[in-house]
Amino acid sequence: MSRNLSEGLTLAAATGPSWRTRLGILRRILFRDLSTAVGITVIVLFVLVALLAPVLMTDDPWAINRRPNGTIARLDPPSRAHWLGTTDLGRDIYSQVVVGSRAALLVGFLAALMTTVVGTSVAVIAGYFGGWVDDLLMRVVDFAYAVPFVPFVIILVSLLKPSLANVIIAIALLYWRSSARVIRAQVLSLRERPYIKAARVAGAGPWRIIYHHITPNILPLAMLYMAIGVGWAIITESSVSFLGLGDPLVISWGSMLNLAFTTGAMQRAWWWVLPPGFSIILLVVATFLVGRSVEEYANPRLRGEV
Amino acid sequence: MRVRYLLRRILQLALTMWLVATIVFLMFRLIPGDPTSTLVDPTFPASLRAEILHRFGLDRPLHEQYLTYLARAVRGDFGWSFYYNSPVVEIVGDMIINTLLLALATFFLTYLFGILGGVVLAWKHGTPVDSVGSLVPLVFRAAPVFWTGMLFLMVFSYRLDWFPHAGIRTAGYAATNLFQKYVSLDFLWHLLLPAVVSTLYYMGLPMLLVRNAMLENFGEEYVEFARARGMSEARVMFRHVLRNALLPVVTSAAVFLGLALGGQIVVEYTFSWPGLGREIVMATQRRDYPVAQAMFLLLAVGVGLMNLLADMVYGYLDPRVRLQ
Repeated sequence: MSRNLSEGLTLAAATGPSWRTRLGILRRILFRDLSTAVGITVIVLFVLVALLAPVLMTDDPWAINRRPNGTIARLDPPSRAHWLGTTDLGRDIYSQVVVGSRAALLVGFLAALMTTVVGTSVAVIAGYFGGWVDDLLMRVVDFAYAVPFVPFVIILVSLLKPSLANVIIAIALLYWRSSARVIRAQVLSLRERPYIKAARVAGAGPWRIIYHHITPNILPLAMLYMAIGVGWAIITESSVSFLGLGDPLVISWGSMLNLAFTTGAMQRAWWWVLPPGFSIILLVVATFLVGRSVEEYANPRLRGEV
Repeated sequence: MRVRYLLRRILQLALTMWLVATIVFLMFRLIPGDPTSTLVDPTFPASLRAEILHRFGLDRPLHEQYLTYLARAVRGDFGWSFYYNSPVVEIVGDMIINTLLLALATFFLTYLFGILGGVVLAWKHGTPVDSVGSLVPLVFRAAPVFWTGMLFLMVFSYRLDWFPHAGIRTAGYAATNLFQKYVSLDFLWHLLLPAVVSTLYYMGLPMLLVRNAMLENFGEEYVEFARARGMSEARVMFRHVLRNALLPVVTSAAVFLGLALGGQIVVEYTFSWPGLGREIVMATQRRDYPVAQAMFLLLAVGVGLMNLLADMVYGYLDPRVRLQ
């Protein structure tokens, strides 16, 4: 552990840290070890691919391509013309993988952001105010845990019409439960800390205390859930699309795999199955790696042992 | 004390199921468009639709419908399937058994190999075996389980032709009784691929739990002492360290059963395993909503019961929980 880091921590422990020290420690931890750096690099690369998709694509992902002799290029293996081969309708798989990164990142980050914001707000309000507010909100969390997650998302999305927005909403409606429960426990212990009591005695209102003293302290935990949430949301979206209940107008890695599966092309077209799968794994592992180092930050006990 | 706790938890479960049933009722009726289209096939002629709506009581006010719906759900009456053209109750029996068997097989394999793997990782702590071995479960966790399933199908079913690619028994296989239906080589042969694929997906959790719990025990004096007595390393690991590291694993196992039941949908679909999860997907795709609704409620009840079981096990192992 670097000296700066431990100084920062000592300072943090004494005063209840400001937003700036918190972010500083986070930055040092994120770039400390190799796996985290790899994780961040991979995520940044995928974001660049999503942003630059129009430039990177070699072909319109919906276009039905033909061979030189005029027949439709059905299930052509990788070649100079189609780097990752073609689908059963002669569509370019490389271009589909590139454009599929957009759906994955969009669902991943938006759903994770929504779940984290909802989960954290519920946790902070329940934990800080306690009493009947806490009881009520925690019963809602218990109830959210009783609903099977994937079936709920599938049915809700199909009832509301399949679209990316509805997938995001369906994920967010249930997934906030896990962050809410854990972060609330953290808030309960924070509430009794001396500096928060001091703030209360000094006349700070509840919302001021929540914003200035509670939230900066649960931020690392919230970011941990955000990082895990991105990975889960991406996997959930790909599952929903794989089950044929995704947005029919959007190319996602899950919907590509759905077609490879339902058309039976997977029996020989490995080039249709492997690229979307590897993309999902790469991106999700990257979010897990980042999540792991955020966890070290959120849980100081883990920092001592390496 | 324990009986009262159990009774309270059962009451809580009943209350939760009532809430889930209510949400399901609202979900299927308050959606945009004509809500009855989810319950009676909209392609029927208008007069026929009206008659069916009347027969099922769907033309009555919402609160009346809600009460009949609850009364029926309690008795296990989930209505009429458009697709099978038979009462929903009649088609769920086998599916429940199939889902449970796959979940149990997964559970057994997950904890067998998860614990063994965890011991190996802890044993080889700090060597390449540990660092590579810790990464493998992470990768299988990040891989969507249907994709791993597709890979296994491509290799072991289509290319090598070792395993069947779908279903639960060979077409034309006739069992003389229920026992033979499930206790046969043919059934096991169909069960293996889906069970192994979901095991790979879930195995990481017990593996890392065992590894970390064992590492925490390594510094303890009893480990030094066991080694000093000249015990073989394997004996130290399995007889002493693993035993002390097992508590968090056992509690996670109980929670896992509920999780596996709800999360099995995708595996069942990939391997055409005729269980509750696959049926939810098929029913949703076919717009056979009475079936989808029934399967959803059944899964929720299953998950609820497993969580209840988890709490009981946890309370038994950790007495502090019981007193709250």
